[in-house]
Amino acid sequence: MKELLKDLVEIPAPSGYENQVRNYIRQSIEPLVDEIRVDSMGNLLAVRRKNGAMRLMLVAHMDEIGLMVTHIDRQGFARFVSLGGVMPIHCVGGRVRFLNGVQGVIGVEKNPTSYEIPPLEKLFIDVGAANAEECPLRIGDVAVFERPFLDLGKRAVSKAMDDRVGVAVLIETLRRMEKSEFEIYFVFSVQEEVGVRGATVAAFGVEPDLGLAVDVTATGDTPKGHKMEVRLGAGPAVKIRDAGMLADPRIIHWMVQTAEKAKIPYQREILEFGGTDARAIQLSRSGVPAGVLSIPCRYVHAPSEMVDMEDVENAVKLLLRLLQTPPRLDSHS
Amino acid sequence: MGRDTENLTQPAITGEQLRLLEKLCNAVAVSGDERQVRRLVMDQIKPYVKEMRIDALGNLLASQEKDSQKPLEVMLAAHMDEVGFMLTAEDDREDGIYRFELVGGIDPRWLAGKPVVVGPNHQKGVIGCKAIHLTTAEERRNAFTVEGLRVDLGGGGAKVGEWGTFATPFQKLGGSIRAKALDDRVGVATLIELLKYDYPQVNLEVAFTVQEEVGLRGAKVAAHALNPDLAIVVDCTFAYDLPLQEEDSFYAPENERYNTRLGFGAAIYLADRATISDPRLVAHFVRTAEEKGIPYQFRQAGAGATDAGAIHLQRSGIPSISISVPGRYLHTPASIVRISDWENTLRLIYHALQTLTVDILKSDR
Repeated sequence: MKELLKDLVEIPAPSGYENQVRNYIRQSIEPLVDEIRVDSMGNLLAVRRKNGAMRLMLVAHMDEIGLMVTHIDRQGFARFVSLGGVMPIHCVGGRVRFLNGVQGVIGVEKNPTSYEIPPLEKLFIDVGAANAEECPLRIGDVAVFERPFLDLGKRAVSKAMDDRVGVAVLIETLRRMEKSEFEIYFVFSVQEEVGVRGATVAAFGVEPDLGLAVDVTATGDTPKGHKMEVRLGAGPAVKIRDAGMLADPRIIHWMVQTAEKAKIPYQREILEFGGTDARAIQLSRSGVPAGVLSIPCRYVHAPSEMVDMEDVENAVKLLLRLLQTPPRLDSHS
Repeated sequence: MGRDTENLTQPAITGEQLRLLEKLCNAVAVSGDERQVRRLVMDQIKPYVKEMRIDALGNLLASQEKDSQKPLEVMLAAHMDEVGFMLTAEDDREDGIYRFELVGGIDPRWLAGKPVVVGPNHQKGVIGCKAIHLTTAEERRNAFTVEGLRVDLGGGGAKVGEWGTFATPFQKLGGSIRAKALDDRVGVATLIELLKYDYPQVNLEVAFTVQEEVGLRGAKVAAHALNPDLAIVVDCTFAYDLPLQEEDSFYAPENERYNTRLGFGAAIYLADRATISDPRLVAHFVRTAEEKGIPYQFRQAGAGATDAGAIHLQRSGIPSISISVPGRYLHTPASIVRISDWENTLRLIYHALQTLTVDILKSDR
């Protein structure tokens, strides 16, 4: 699975410009599904049919955070804004790669009075051009962080783990699954990082009976880090809540029971910020029971996000078991 | 007199269009009560549309005669509402002094001392403030707050709950227009003009929306109802293209955050706070502009949003783009728009609609 993950994270696909990673995923899974299509917004929907069964929407987002050029100045420096939650603290000195292959480094205006972290407006991209005429960039060009996959054995580091690790979990699940108790829509969504936009329209189109997002969550296991229970290597997390949703108690129960029975390690996750595509599913049409299978991830939205490969493997195992044991949705008890 | 549009190869801004824009800008249609503008629009478009209706929120939805041979349903949207205020309490009935709250985004610093109009009959008044004789140096350093200001109508007659806005009359200034509410009456006027033409592959569905300035509310339900193949939003976006004052750079200062610039043509959106434009539509508009020699600019990505933010998320997704006329000083008592930018925006959308085919949705996004 490391090879798959390496391939996925190294493809540049910022929000709104996901076609490269979409093509890769499509090629990987097309023989494994009954039907595959791209919707009007760019979501990739792959279906495993099962007549009369509950319809489950599984979603992982294809997009990653990125940058968009807003202005090229006379000296050939490019100003930019973020696509999604890019944090200035991770930018200065970082390298970026544009979809057209151009590479550059992020510099910062000198501030004689402060060593505070500057806002994005004070940063610029230098592609080595001597002036505006030499600069190969145009307003509107988009870039992602340039950072190759780093294999640390048990753990792996890269940009775009959020949420290519979720994409990898879904692809691996498809590869290993034989039959399931659901009709499953594997949805690889666009524009999650700018406000769960792709999943919003995908959920409307799919009309699922229940939904599950596979996405990263933060951890509390780093020095003076977030105050939260989740830690790397202790298993995938069952989301109880985040800033965007309260997971459906029936879905939480289903996930917890299934993990316990299969003796797969898991963690209970309370995230005090953030949100996932599951929120979009939950609020679609007349409402849909929804939850999240989270992959613990350190340094989310930094150019070097870290996951534990055992957590990833256990996420696939848990997902495969979940597909064999449909939940009871008829009671709220 | 305006030229007969039937004889033109492409639309143009003449006296006729300017007179219409004047009427639209001088009308009062603060978010929540868009009736005055809606009435004007209905009178204008009646000869050119097959159907029109007003939905539950007040959006005016109109369509050209449907031709089943045409494969594309295209939604055009422009918002009728403008920013303003609502009277919230009567401080003194006989004096005509009212408290108010803002409707939509207005910087409170622009309120004091401005002539305003209130209510369906355009009752005239002013947002009063203390004369300079009575203020201390300390007071003059601080901005007014909405809570500390009052609308003075010089006498009673208005009712709590009535809407009001700035009273600036429309004025042509050489090649420019100065008016209130150019955001988005210039878009409304553009849509009216586009309805006069036929497009080979396109059935036009036009939405004159309500409540854009308070959160894209009208467009949301309009797009759900129309369910088009794609949508084009026509708006007025801010231009902050003034020379920089600061001199703290080694190089001569360069304005890098202008959003758009007056005189540079139609503003094509790539991304704003609420929407990433469909790249296929961006490419189509850029190609159209270059083939027809129509000046265009990219609106800088960043803050701000248009009705596209609501439209593109409806149902199973509606590919959307926004095209704007750049305007200086939006959401203040007087904005400025270049007539040439308006004409270029109108022409760009007209030509883009002429050449739009269903193939655009078949290509990879």
